[in-house]
Amino acid sequence: MSQKREQTRCQALLTNDLTVVNVGLEGFVKDLQDCGIAVVHVDWSPPAGGDPKMAALLAKLGV
Amino acid sequence: MTAVVLNEVRKGFYLDSVALMRLSREIATIPGVVEAALMMGTPSNIAIMRNAGLLSGDISTQGSDLILAVKAETEQAARAALDDALKALDKPKSQAGGKSAWRPRSIASAVAATPNANIALISVPGEFAAAEARKALNRGLHVLMFSDNVSIADELSLKQQAREAGLLMMGPDCGTAIINGAPLAFANKLKRGKVGIIGASGTGTQEISCLVSEAGVGISHAIGVGGRDLKKDIGGITTLMAIDALDADPATERVVLVSKPPHPDVAKAVVARIAKSPKIYTVCFIGAASAELPKNAGFAATLKQAAEHALGGKKIGAGFDPAAVGARLPRRKGAGRIEGLFAGGTLCAEAQVVLTAGGRKVASNAPIPGVASLDSKDSAGCDRMIDLGADEYTQGRPHPMIDPSVRDDALRAALVNPDIAVVLLDLVIGYGAHADPASHLAGVVAGRGDNAPVLIASVTGTELDPQVRSAQIKRLESAGIIVTPSNEQACELALAVINADAKVNRHANA
Repeated sequence: MSQKREQTRCQALLTNDLTVVNVGLEGFVKDLQDCGIAVVHVDWSPPAGGDPKMAALLAKLGV
Repeated sequence: MTAVVLNEVRKGFYLDSVALMRLSREIATIPGVVEAALMMGTPSNIAIMRNAGLLSGDISTQGSDLILAVKAETEQAARAALDDALKALDKPKSQAGGKSAWRPRSIASAVAATPNANIALISVPGEFAAAEARKALNRGLHVLMFSDNVSIADELSLKQQAREAGLLMMGPDCGTAIINGAPLAFANKLKRGKVGIIGASGTGTQEISCLVSEAGVGISHAIGVGGRDLKKDIGGITTLMAIDALDADPATERVVLVSKPPHPDVAKAVVARIAKSPKIYTVCFIGAASAELPKNAGFAATLKQAAEHALGGKKIGAGFDPAAVGARLPRRKGAGRIEGLFAGGTLCAEAQVVLTAGGRKVASNAPIPGVASLDSKDSAGCDRMIDLGADEYTQGRPHPMIDPSVRDDALRAALVNPDIAVVLLDLVIGYGAHADPASHLAGVVAGRGDNAPVLIASVTGTELDPQVRSAQIKRLESAGIIVTPSNEQACELALAVINADAKVNRHANA
């Protein structure tokens, strides 16, 4: 693990403007927009036909 | 008359849980309808619906299918309500981000289209949340996981992956965070300032951040870590990364760490890391009597004490005198118990700290160390502190911060219970919370009898919040509810009412 890289990425999060990818409750989108935060909402539905085990496997495979 | 239950399944149709709760509630108000529920067809949801008597027979669904259930007085009423629900589902989904906004179907396409995206806010059902978090981490996003019901093995694996990549993995079950002024999930609109917060407890973070902000000093960042981060299995991975991040952050001068009491090994590692920090720390392990801390850290037994320590000793609600206010309030004859009905889990824990320090015997469904469990024999005759956000109250229902009606039945019962002298209540406002919880609460307690218990509440929020803290307080006061500057002071007032002629037994605040 690179300690330096960890510091850089976390510091960047705390100093840069946020751009949020919202996955799930749509109500969070308006709250963020009302605060002037950039947000892109994912039109999510359960992957892998709603099979959580298959969804987890696909995520591990990077799909 | 026997109620009729009708079901319908929409294959491959997804709506988020809040949207489904809202539609379920609308359908339930149709005349003749006894109960209505629209839920995704996961095994846990099917079990909830079956236990509630909302399934008319065997049902075969996948997690991507939507189940509609209507229980009505007649088949005709059930059919009409089901038709209304189906019509509502056929309306176009609302377009978050405006009608013309393009909506990606995956995190991958969202990141491809928005290269400067830097954080994912994940609130999908728990069984799918780890997979989505992994996709976000794989694409270089920090993650706030609002979802709960994620296994501890998945949590550890995600946090290890995040640490390896230098990314913050906040959660699972992370209810709130404020990053660089952006309120994420259940968060309040706060003044910006020099106090950073690391929180393993959502409402604890909210109470401290709001008290600090309302006192005029602001918050730099509030990093949520999830309620299990300081357990032995996880080892404080995100907490330790958050300490590194806030140490390096020039906007942060003081840091508050709030959590339930950690595993001793994890506490030792975290405290050792704090000792190396150049910044001043406040440590609030709510429910712990003390902690061995280095010179740059102070221990706070309560959320209010934590806020005061972070404010450099400035007192919150200094003009509020619980003994004087308590002496003016009527005591209900023959009643000797305090009933706490909390939306906030950490506010419920803080109440247990204050009441036990005040000499009360307390029981809770979420007991802190030394407090009896509600279902134990020791709970008889105790004050009862109920966390209404606990699983037993929220399975298949929204959290009481979103839907304050979760508290209604318990509150109505308390109002007519002759043993109860005082009812303690909390209102948590801010983004994500109900639009006007004070009016809801006022409606429930309106028309209570002259001999009803004393009602005492605090409001966790700020003037900048959409609900406006002072407006919520005014509404509560117009309903005859006594409102105190903080949750701790609500508990102190409850003690003062109970011990009307005794000096308020202040806990270790000096």
